[in-house]
Amino acid sequence: MSGISRRRFLAASLAGCAATTLCGTQKALAAGSFTGYPEGMGVLVDMTRCIGCRSCEAACNREQNLPAPAKPFDDLSVFDETFHGGTQKRRPDENAYTVVNRYEPPGGKPVYRKVQCNHCNEPACLSSCFVNAYTKTQEGAVVYNSKICVGCRNCMIACPFNIPGYSYSSAFDPVVKKCIFCHETRLKNGRPPACVEICPQQALTFGKRRELIKIAHQRIHNEPGRYVDHLYGEKELGGTSWMYLSSAPFEQVGFDVAVQNEPIIANVKDFLSTVPMVLAIWPAMFTGFHLLAKRRGGHGHDDDHGGDHAASHGEEGGQS
Amino acid sequence: MIKPMSFLYVPVIALVVLLGATASTAAPSADSPDQVTIDRLASLFAAVSFDHAAHVEIAGDCATCHHHTTGDGAGTGRCGRCHAQSPKTAEVACGSCHQVDPFSAAALERKADDRYQYHVDKPGLKAAYHWNCLGCHEQSGGPTGCGDCHPRTPAGDAFYRAGAYAPKTAAAPAH
Repeated sequence: MSGISRRRFLAASLAGCAATTLCGTQKALAAGSFTGYPEGMGVLVDMTRCIGCRSCEAACNREQNLPAPAKPFDDLSVFDETFHGGTQKRRPDENAYTVVNRYEPPGGKPVYRKVQCNHCNEPACLSSCFVNAYTKTQEGAVVYNSKICVGCRNCMIACPFNIPGYSYSSAFDPVVKKCIFCHETRLKNGRPPACVEICPQQALTFGKRRELIKIAHQRIHNEPGRYVDHLYGEKELGGTSWMYLSSAPFEQVGFDVAVQNEPIIANVKDFLSTVPMVLAIWPAMFTGFHLLAKRRGGHGHDDDHGGDHAASHGEEGGQS
Repeated sequence: MIKPMSFLYVPVIALVVLLGATASTAAPSADSPDQVTIDRLASLFAAVSFDHAAHVEIAGDCATCHHHTTGDGAGTGRCGRCHAQSPKTAEVACGSCHQVDPFSAAALERKADDRYQYHVDKPGLKAAYHWNCLGCHEQSGGPTGCGDCHPRTPAGDAFYRAGAYAPKTAAAPAH
């Protein structure tokens, strides 16, 4: 301890703190500005066009080789199914990566809403995954590697849209299951997902996300009476690859309109950037303060001042 | 990534020739076909046998379904800005403008390359059929069920897990 001066120690501590803080801030800003891959694809869901035929569910089932459904895909009684005391409609699970739900907003026709992974630009599931099983591909899909997945289900808690399902039926190798934008079989080969291709009404429009945003606003502009003036997913949670247009206010057709516009990771990024500073710098700095304070208290003892005192502690040596 | 355009167009051209041959000289009641078989997209559902003559009488005006392509003009709305005086086009079949595969890589690429294209949000052929038919049928009380126009094929039954392919067990809740 006697090999360092107080001035040098304090200067080094402050420099360390400043460096940590600056680096952390820069990293946070850089990561926070990610708005998706520029060439990323997306789907525009126009709920004013959907007729609730469930063809997309059937196409998904076949494309992803999912198990046989409990009811045929032309059975529209599923729209009356509710769960948890009538508070929840159907949601995607291990057997169905997409479902269509019917809503009856006051004073209007029924509105059908297709639910699947929205493929966030900056996905909360990906942020929460500690084994890095998730990937946001440059085509826009949020995919996951089931060989890496350890089944912790953090992503199910993290997802603001309650999308990832879990293979509870598998006793020995349960993994998370969700829509992957048909990435392996279609998207990465430049083809639209199966649900888009089957849709008889073109309620689903496939294209580059940035083009879809323009198209969506053009539709609102052309037919202001038909649409609510909002594109859900353009800004929500940092932007999603799948976006929705609606004739009814979004809160009336099952959307969470209270979600923030910043990605979920923005909530913790600032905090996380201070963790290295607190864990690494603070102990060293306060130990230094403590030792210096303790040392100053011992100045009166002659034993503390050895023969090399003048060389290494020139300043203090001058005082004594 | 991009398919050769010529291959992509083969089915479209075939359709154009097929329907164009029967409908290219369409003028109400005189040269228009009485019956059109819409089979271009038939696979899960059978071909639609479309009674064109009956619909000519119901619609009254060719532009109701064919926009400006029959030379009837497109009214005074948004379409009329450009197409009020548009002459009759060489092809009037739906498939001559509305693509079978509107989201193929080639189609998206072509759209991105053409900066002067106005109709960037044009529906594909399947949507064009369904919007045109369902849009009127809902308002006029016409048939709107899938099977009312095109019965499902055995391949369709398998696809929808319905009919002979329906789940054997009684419906159990999924959750």
